Amino acid sequence: MAAESKIDPMHQFQISGISGAIDGSPFVFTNSALWMLIVLGSITLFMWGGLKRQIIPGRWQAAVEGFVEFISGMAISSIGKEGRAYIPWIFTIFVFIIFSNYLGMLPLSVVGPHPFTVTSQFTITGLMAIMSFAIVLIVGFWKHGLHFFSLFVPHGTPKVMLPLIVPIEFVSFMVRPFSLALRLFVAMIAGHILLDVFGNFIVNGITSGTAVGYAISAISFVFIVGVNALELLVCGIQAYVFALLASLYINDAVHLH
Amino acid sequence: MDLEAAKVIGAGLAAIGVGVASAGVGFVFGSFLQGALRNPGAADGQQGRLFIGFAAAELLGLIAFAVAMIILYAV
Repeated sequence: MAAESKIDPMHQFQISGISGAIDGSPFVFTNSALWMLIVLGSITLFMWGGLKRQIIPGRWQAAVEGFVEFISGMAISSIGKEGRAYIPWIFTIFVFIIFSNYLGMLPLSVVGPHPFTVTSQFTITGLMAIMSFAIVLIVGFWKHGLHFFSLFVPHGTPKVMLPLIVPIEFVSFMVRPFSLALRLFVAMIAGHILLDVFGNFIVNGITSGTAVGYAISAISFVFIVGVNALELLVCGIQAYVFALLASLYINDAVHLH
Repeated sequence: MDLEAAKVIGAGLAAIGVGVASAGVGFVFGSFLQGALRNPGAADGQQGRLFIGFAAAELLGLIAFAVAMIILYAV
């Protein structure tokens, strides 16, 4: 076994400064910020290409309209007619998540720089979850006042059960932003760790130069193709689930069960 | 047993939860297919609920994975 390298799957999530070091100055342009700008740029390009307002849409405009109609249909079917007001926020998080997921999957490291998955950072997903939760709280208290607390009392609960039900409902309500953020970030981390580990298996097997090493490389290669396909699916599903759950939570605030 | 060995064993035990969650996710999709094949007309309207169930089942597996990672890297 020659030149066996240690596998370090967590290295790809490290935030490093592009201009200057992270330790001293509070204002550092990091790789995370760079990839957020790239995500913003590609979203702008994608949406701008679809805003031609032709009566018979071309392919690009049809793609953008498909995105918008998908999200507005989801918001209206889960919130109702009032859901139109929340489409901008739900569409924003959906498009941001799906673009950063897919841009993080790009195999750019074949030619040079490693892509950085923005949504694999808890700060990013946590911020989006907290903002969705803040919308729920603000809308709930704005529309219903203190009556919003009846969210913790499901319909038809016997009076005897209230001391038990209300704390459970309260905890399940308060844990929502946490679970929303955790789901997306851990799903991204897990997928990228898996890809990194099996990619390292391929390289280590080839550099070992033995027949067993080549066999392991071949098996790992077949496996990593399948895992890549699965990851592409998970990227889409996670963005959809985040947007769907955000709209369901808003529905709770608008309609109180 | 020194701490390093205990950590690795603990992370491996925590990873069992990921496998159990995979059974949960399979159950969600399997049950959906059972219902959908009996009444295909009603299937499309239930896709939102399908993904809510999937998200709830998957979250628990991801939490198990997060526990394993915390044991390995953060303790």
